Amino acid sequence: MNTKEWPLWEVFIRSKQGLDHKHVGSLHAADAEMAVQNARDVYTRRMEGISIWVVESKHIHASNPDDATAFYEPANDKVYRHPTFYEVPAEIKNM
Amino acid sequence: MHNHENAPHLHEQHFNTPVQEYAPEVKQLVLDYTLQLADTSFILGHRLSEWCGHGPVLEQDMALSNIALDLIGETRSLYQYAAELEGKGRAEDDMAYLRDTVEYKNPLLVEQPNGDFGDTILRQFIFDSFHFFFLKELQNSTDHRLAAIAEKSLKESSYHIKWSSEWVIRLGDGTEESRKRIEKAIDNLWPFSGEFFMMTATEKALLEQGVIPDYSQIKQSWDAHVAKVFEEATLAVPQNVWMQSGGKEGRHTEHLGFVLTELQYLQRTYPGLEW
Repeated sequence: MNTKEWPLWEVFIRSKQGLDHKHVGSLHAADAEMAVQNARDVYTRRMEGISIWVVESKHIHASNPDDATAFYEPANDKVYRHPTFYEVPAEIKNM
Repeated sequence: MHNHENAPHLHEQHFNTPVQEYAPEVKQLVLDYTLQLADTSFILGHRLSEWCGHGPVLEQDMALSNIALDLIGETRSLYQYAAELEGKGRAEDDMAYLRDTVEYKNPLLVEQPNGDFGDTILRQFIFDSFHFFFLKELQNSTDHRLAAIAEKSLKESSYHIKWSSEWVIRLGDGTEESRKRIEKAIDNLWPFSGEFFMMTATEKALLEQGVIPDYSQIKQSWDAHVAKVFEEATLAVPQNVWMQSGGKEGRHTEHLGFVLTELQYLQRTYPGLEW
């Protein structure tokens, strides 16, 4: 590594079984193993998680805000895409 | 020491049970030994807490503080048990804040100054490599409370040994500078690595009672773990080093007095103060 700064990583935590990993923040670490351990030390001190994902921030590709009109507005008038005619069974809690 | 984050998990079966029946002389041995274990975690926990706000990066600052808190949590369980064993109305804070240097029975390693990050990592690695294998065996102690405390602390120690081992590898097999630092730390601290395995009279007596494990087996696990980590770190394990000892019998290096001066200042200056 040429730079003195450790690379930035994004941290995703699953708070309990059945839920998705959720983005909680970022941190610096020299490698993936250290990133997982740092995430454990920084983001799960108060029993926030049961599983951790980390990914180097440079591998995340984001949409461009300038594309917002083209990307999202066409969905505005397509209400028929919502599955509102189904009843969700009571057993399904996290949906 | 009112820290909710480290309040003992009371669901562990034996944390709430009364002290088991012991003959007076055995009870004294268990008490002395429990204090020795408590002192060890306490002094090392305090040393690590000195890093708080000074860590090389935020993430490692928190890692060091988390380990410090784990050790202080273990300390509290042990001092509470010691106070119960003694049965003279003293409490955990009296054990921590009102005993003098010669009464402290921690091995010399844990009172050594933090030095640089390499010194702190190596001190932690030597300790964790003992503590982890020791707790594993202490779970089988005939003393129910010590077994219960060991079971709880082992979960924490499993993480500590992973953390410090990986740092030894990173520093040893890292840059020229990091390697220089960790090699210097090995030179400084290796003479303090042997005391853990030298059995005092108290320890020998408790081994016979089945209260504590045989250290020679733990030493084998320690040797194997150290050899494995050092090989990956491309570091040499020092051979034929003369080992310091005395801490477990109350003969300390000059550093412990300074540690206790800071730790005990408040209770010595304002006896009985609570906040």
